[in-house]
Amino acid sequence: MNKVLQGGMALLAPLIAIVAAVVVTSLVLMVAGASVGDFWSLIFQVPTGRNWVNIINQTSMIFLAALAAAIGFRMNLFNIGIEGQYTLASYAAALVAGAAIFPGKLNVLVALIVAVVVGALWAGIAGVLKVTRGVSEVIATIMLNAIAITIVGYLLSNHGQQYGQGRRTAPLPESSRFKGWQLFEKTDGNVWTLVLLAVVVGIGVSVLINRTRFGFDLRATGANEAAAVASGVNVKKMIVISMLLSGGIAGLIWMPALFGQAGYYGPTFQHQLGFTGIAVALLGRNRPLGIFFGAVLFAWLSEQANKLQLQAGISPSIVQITQGVVVLSVVVAYAVVQRWRAIAEQRALRTALDAGVKPEGVSAA
Amino acid sequence: MTTQAREADVPSATGGGIEVRGVTKRFPGVVANQDVDITIRPATVHALIGENGAGKSTLMKILYGVQKPDEGTIALDGEEVHFSSPTDAIKAGIGMVFQHFMLADNLSVLENVVLGAEKLFGIGDRARTEIVRISDAYGFDLDPDTLVEDLGVGARQRVEILKVLYRGARIIILDEPTAVLVPQEVEALFANLRELRASGCTLLFISHKLDEVLAIADDITVMRRGTTVGEADPKTATKRQLAELMVGSELPSPETEESTVTDIELLELRNVDLVNDEGRYLLHDISFKIHRGEVLGIAGVEGNGQSELVQAVMGMARASGVIELNDEDMTSWGTRARREAGIGFIPEDRHHHGLLLDSPLWENRMLGHQTQPPNSKHGMIDRKGAKEDTTRIVAEYDVRTPSINTTARALSGGNQQKLIVGREMSGEPVLLIASHPTRGVDVGAQAAIWEHIKRARREGLGVLLISADLDELIGLSDRIEVILRGELVGEFDPRTVTPQELGSAMTGGKGAA
Repeated sequence: MNKVLQGGMALLAPLIAIVAAVVVTSLVLMVAGASVGDFWSLIFQVPTGRNWVNIINQTSMIFLAALAAAIGFRMNLFNIGIEGQYTLASYAAALVAGAAIFPGKLNVLVALIVAVVVGALWAGIAGVLKVTRGVSEVIATIMLNAIAITIVGYLLSNHGQQYGQGRRTAPLPESSRFKGWQLFEKTDGNVWTLVLLAVVVGIGVSVLINRTRFGFDLRATGANEAAAVASGVNVKKMIVISMLLSGGIAGLIWMPALFGQAGYYGPTFQHQLGFTGIAVALLGRNRPLGIFFGAVLFAWLSEQANKLQLQAGISPSIVQITQGVVVLSVVVAYAVVQRWRAIAEQRALRTALDAGVKPEGVSAA
Repeated sequence: MTTQAREADVPSATGGGIEVRGVTKRFPGVVANQDVDITIRPATVHALIGENGAGKSTLMKILYGVQKPDEGTIALDGEEVHFSSPTDAIKAGIGMVFQHFMLADNLSVLENVVLGAEKLFGIGDRARTEIVRISDAYGFDLDPDTLVEDLGVGARQRVEILKVLYRGARIIILDEPTAVLVPQEVEALFANLRELRASGCTLLFISHKLDEVLAIADDITVMRRGTTVGEADPKTATKRQLAELMVGSELPSPETEESTVTDIELLELRNVDLVNDEGRYLLHDISFKIHRGEVLGIAGVEGNGQSELVQAVMGMARASGVIELNDEDMTSWGTRARREAGIGFIPEDRHHHGLLLDSPLWENRMLGHQTQPPNSKHGMIDRKGAKEDTTRIVAEYDVRTPSINTTARALSGGNQQKLIVGREMSGEPVLLIASHPTRGVDVGAQAAIWEHIKRARREGLGVLLISADLDELIGLSDRIEVILRGELVGEFDPRTVTPQELGSAMTGGKGAA
C-alpha cells in the first residue's frame, strides 16, 4: 500500500473528528442562544503572549498525563488512576523538596525520583491486585484515586503549614526553583524549565514502545494477548511492569508546575489532569506524536476559552463539550477509517497478485 | 421477481434441477465469482470441489439467497429465480447444512427441528410424527426426544439434515459435511445421502476431499480462482486428474521417503498430567519420546486433549510430571525459555495464537522470536534485520503479498500459514510443534508446507504433529499415537495402519495394536 494513501488515511480520522466537533459545538451554541461566530472567532483568535505561555505549560502537563495513560492502553490495561497517582506523587515530591535535605538542583532530582517512585508504587498496587487476585485494574485504580486524594487531604490538613485560607507543604528553597524562559513581556509569565521533562519522556516512551523488545511485547499483548502468550510473553509480569511505568510517568505530571511556579503543594495544585490525560490518550490513539497534537488542542481550547465569558458572555464550559465531542468522534472516525483502510489494502493486494500471476479463467477486476 | 413458493409438506419426488449461468459476484476489491456455470441434474449428488478461496462458499451463499449475484441467472426447474434472503430459498425448496452446526445443545431433537418452523406442523404431535417419518424414511435413526448434547457428531449432522427436510427442501446444499466426521461416520453419512437421492432429493456436496467426492458424486464441477474450470465424470476421473483441475498442477502427497529417525532423544514426557480448575484431568499420565529426525503424529477426535498437550509442551499451561528437552528438565520453564531453546510452534488457530492481524508482516515475523536474532539485539528491535529476514521468508515460502509492510489480515489463510511456517522454521529449531499445519490451506500451499517439514526432518528436526487429516498424519509421521479423553490409548505404525483402524481407535472402538 502506498505511503501517501496511508498518511492521508491517518490524517483523515482526526480531520473528521474536528469537523464533527465544530458542527456539534455550533449546534449547542445555537440552542443555548449564544453567538456561534463570536465563539469561534475567539477560540481561533491569535493567542497573546500570555496565552502562548500558558498553552505551552499546560501542554507539557497534559502530554505527560496522556503518555501515562497510553502506556497502559497499548496493552489494554486501563489505568484510570492517574489522577490519584499524580496527586499523591506531587504531594510527596513537594514534601521532600520542601524539606530541602539536599542542596540546590540535587534537591530537584531527588524530588523527581520520589515522584516517580510514589506514582509507580501507587499504580503498582492495582497491577499486583490484578495478577494475584484477578481484580479489574479499572475498579482498583478508581478506588485508589479516592484513597490517594483523601490521604493527601488528611496529611495536608494535619501536617501542612497554614497558608491563607488553606494549607500547604513547606515552600521550596529559592535554589531549587527554575526561572524558566521569558518569551514575551515580563507580565506574560515564563515557560517552565521542566517542560523539557515532557519532551524527554515523550521521546523515551516513543523509543520504548516502538524500538525495544519490551515495547514489542507490550504492543503484542495489547493486539492479541493469546498470541503474545504463545510467543513467550509473560503477561502477568508485563501487567505489573506497565502499571509501574504508567504510574511512574503519572508521578511527573505536575513537576513542571511545582518547580517553575507553584513552589509548594497547596491550594494552587491543578486537579483533573489525570482524567484529561485519558481523553487525550484516546484522541492521540496512544501514539506519542498524536498525543502531542491532542495535548496542544486541549491546552489551546482551555486557554482560549478563558476569554469567552468576558468578551462574548459565553460560558467557558462550552469548550468541554467541544473536547468531549472531539474524543468521541475520533474513536468512531478511526473505526470507520480503519475499515476503509482494510478494504484499500485488500484491493492493493489483489491488484498486486493479479499483476504477478495471471491465472487462467480470471481477468483482473 | 418470480420467487417460487412451494407447498412445504413433503419433499417433492420430481424436479430439483438447477442451472447457474454466468454468475458473477464482486466484493470490494475482489471478484469472488466470475462467469460461474453449473448444471445440476435433478435427483443426483453433485459435487462442487475446489481449493479454499476458489469461490465455492460464495456460490453456495448465492444459491441459498444469502448474497445476490451481480450478474448472471439461476434457474430452478427451468424457471428463473431471484432470492433476496434464505427465506426465499427455503420457500423454493433449497436447504443448506452448514459445516458448523447450528443447534441448541440443551434442547431436544424435536425442539431444534421445529425452532423457527413452528407454523409448519406445530410443535406437538404432528411435528413429532413428521420427524419420525423423515427419520425412518432415510434411516436417520433419530429419537425426537433425545437432547442434542447427548448426540455424537454424526447424529448431530443428521439433525441438521432433518431440519432442512422438515422445511420441505428437495435441494440440499452440504458445506464440507465430512470435515467433522471420522471415516466410519462418513460411510454412514453417505448411506443417508444415497437414500435421499433415491427419494428424489438433489444434493450439492461441497468438499475438497477427492476420495469422498469420487465415492458419492454423480457429477463433479471443479472451481478455481472464482470460476468453474471444468466438469468430470466420477466413473472415469481419477484423483490426480481432479486435483490437477483444482490447482492446475500435480497432486502433492505427504509421504515421506526413507526414515531419518535417530536414537538421540530430543523430547521426553514422563507421566504428564494436566488438571483443570474443576479437578478434571485434561491430560492424564502422558509419556512419550521424540527422537531427532522423528515425526510423532497424534491422532484423535478434536477436543480429546490435543490442544492441552501442545500447551503443556509449549509451557502455556502448567502441567505436572516431567518434560525434558535434550535431557534437560524444562518442566518449570516459561514459554519464552522453551522457544529460546529451539522449539518452533505452529498453532492450531493462527488468528488466535499465531498472528497480530493488524500488524505488518515483518512484525509478525518477529512474534515468538522477538528475543532472538535477527529480530533484536541488546533488548532493542532490529528493524533492518527483521525486515530483511521477512523478505527472505516471503521469497522462500512463496508468501503471496505485495509487501512485507502489508498487514497480516490482508493475506489469505494459506499465505498467513506459510508466513507462520517460514517464521517457525527460521533460526534452526530443534523441535517443531505443529498443530494442524495445513488446515484451511489450499493444495499448493499444503504441498509446500509438507516439503518444508520433510526437509527439516532430514536435517534432524523432531516434530510433534497434531492433525485431523489422517492422510497427512499417516503420510508424514514415523509413529502415530492416538489420544482419547486426555490419554494416549494406542501406538500405530503409519506404514501399516489404515484410516479406518485409526478412526476406530480414536473413537475408542477397538483396542490398540
